[in-house]
Amino acid sequence: MANSGTPLVELRDISISFGGIKAVDRVTVDLYPGEVVGLLGHNGAGKSTLIKCLSGAYKADSGDILINGEKVEIDNPRDARALNIETIYQTLALADNLDAASNLFLGRELVGRGGFVDDSSMEAETRKIMKRLNPNFRKFNVPVSALSGGQRQSVAIARAVYFNARILIMDEPTAALGPHETQMVSDLIQELKAQGLGIFLIEHDIHNVMKLCDRASVMKNGQLVGTVNVNEVTDEDILGMIILGKKPAKAA
Amino acid sequence: MTEASKPTSPAGPSSDAPLGPVAQFLRATEIDTRLLGMVGALLLIWVGFHVYPAIASGLSGNGFDFGLGNFLTPRNLWNLSVQTSYIGIMATGMVLVIIIRCIDLSVGSIIGVTGMVMGLLQTEFLPQHLGLGHPSIWVITATVGLLLGALIGMFHGWLIAYRGIPSFIVTLGGLLIWRGMAFLSASGRTIAPLDERFALLGGGPYGTVGAVGSWIVGGLACVGVLYLLKSGRASRRKHDFPLRPMWAEVFMGVVGCAVILGSVLLVNAYPWAKGIVANYAKATGQTLPEGTFISHGYAIPVLLLIAVGIAMTILMNRTRFGRYVFAIGGNPEAALLAGINTRWVTLKVFALMGALAGLAAVITSARQNSATNAMGELDELYVIAAAVIGGTSLAGGSGTIYGAILGALVILSLQSGMVLIGFGDGSYQKIVVGTALVLAVYLDILYRKKLK
Repeated sequence: MANSGTPLVELRDISISFGGIKAVDRVTVDLYPGEVVGLLGHNGAGKSTLIKCLSGAYKADSGDILINGEKVEIDNPRDARALNIETIYQTLALADNLDAASNLFLGRELVGRGGFVDDSSMEAETRKIMKRLNPNFRKFNVPVSALSGGQRQSVAIARAVYFNARILIMDEPTAALGPHETQMVSDLIQELKAQGLGIFLIEHDIHNVMKLCDRASVMKNGQLVGTVNVNEVTDEDILGMIILGKKPAKAA
Repeated sequence: MTEASKPTSPAGPSSDAPLGPVAQFLRATEIDTRLLGMVGALLLIWVGFHVYPAIASGLSGNGFDFGLGNFLTPRNLWNLSVQTSYIGIMATGMVLVIIIRCIDLSVGSIIGVTGMVMGLLQTEFLPQHLGLGHPSIWVITATVGLLLGALIGMFHGWLIAYRGIPSFIVTLGGLLIWRGMAFLSASGRTIAPLDERFALLGGGPYGTVGAVGSWIVGGLACVGVLYLLKSGRASRRKHDFPLRPMWAEVFMGVVGCAVILGSVLLVNAYPWAKGIVANYAKATGQTLPEGTFISHGYAIPVLLLIAVGIAMTILMNRTRFGRYVFAIGGNPEAALLAGINTRWVTLKVFALMGALAGLAAVITSARQNSATNAMGELDELYVIAAAVIGGTSLAGGSGTIYGAILGALVILSLQSGMVLIGFGDGSYQKIVVGTALVLAVYLDILYRKKLK
């Protein structure tokens, strides 16, 4: 796949350290519209930390974030959301005591007359989007703690998709899911990709990477090993990058 | 997991078995079973204290005497309502504090210091500038009390949210510091009497709205209940959500209005004492016949509690702020990642708690028509107990305003009931309230387990 023009997102020379340990060390990755870029590496390689700099959960010590070629400042999750960057966290980041609609609209509640939250409209909107994402979803009036892993996942996904995201960050979206639900997420990724979204996908399952991603950026010990076009390499090559930290010769 | 609207098949598996009449009733009316349990416990306490004298005299061999109960009388229940008001007002704020996984141990001491400042303000400072008995003294004093409480709470909240000191420590320090300040403010003097208008806020015989006023309040409340039911139904219909059966709506309306009008009848059934009537007649220059029946009606602090309860319920259920409070309690990290300024919300929660403690100080000092530095001592524990008995989870994330008010009512019922049956000694009261607290939380744990 030939990416030309301005990337949708460019993370340039990002570094961040915690207590003297460099969790991310001068990493540069980019993402084009309609593209899925896999972020791979061992646990602790720095993938999630890197991506949290984009979602506003962390602030990078140095480096630039460019959206459509323009430098932006992302100081907190609100800034990221304002730039249409949506994130599905590994932990899902749901408030367990609230229902699906309250979680979906958390921080962006619909308000009606007098500035009061409009729960009915939010529930109606939630019913609409859930019909599309997970038609079997029925539990609208219970706290999300009462939902199954897959149902909780679909709430988290609905939250990311509902607000017209242009950039989607998915941190191991299928880790807790069964085969059927994993397939649903795969289909959704294809659909969103076709709509022109750019997706960063943190994923451990090499088969999912080969199936879903256009490019893969591999990290090890906080540093970028390299970025490859998935259709030019084998899964063995990528595994080699993850384990040995070396970029295969032919794709270099 | 089938939806409620789907008719259950007669030969369905056990999980789909037709519900019993009680369960069906609860589902149709959507009454919170925990609320029902609390009301049941409260009625049990009331009836228990009412019949206790009869049973006790029966057991002691004096024969049963059913005329002895004096708990369920207009006089006692009216007093109970006034006693509940200021603990209840603070308990509504404590619900928010506990929901965000914090605690506030300083509310009793905030009462002490704001009460003393208000006492000095209205008796020594303002009369010098405005003249004794100036009609604006009470407004200025009460406003200053509320603001001072809010300011203290804000300071606590800042230390907790922006400086990362645990709320337990900040407010434990506050408990000591503000109590010390309360003593120093007037070198331990008692300040009395207070401004005449200010004293009405405490709800003595004159600090009430009378029979007509109570009917007006009750009427408005009934209209409010019916409006809420109607608009709730309209909103569900608009969005095609399942509607409550009509009989359930009617039932809720009838019960709601009956409770309200019943309370009006109750407070109106408690007349002024003879001496008060005579004083009133003298003061207004009327000649009232012997035995004139003048109703108390709702006491002003009770109306304040109701207003606070409604405002806090709206705040928690209908505003973004309330939603964020719940979200922070449910998952602080998720709240942060959703772009909520969790520190600012925390600060506001403590400021609100402080303002409510200031309001409680207005009521409690007005009620005793004096300000002392010991005012509000140990109240923090009763306030926390009220919130917890009312179903607020110390793990954070869940709690209701009405629960806290009911919790306050339970505690005050136990206290006043113990006095009425002759165990007014403080030590018995403490034992009973302490037992009730532990028992209530244990029952709640069992209830939650069963729910899962």
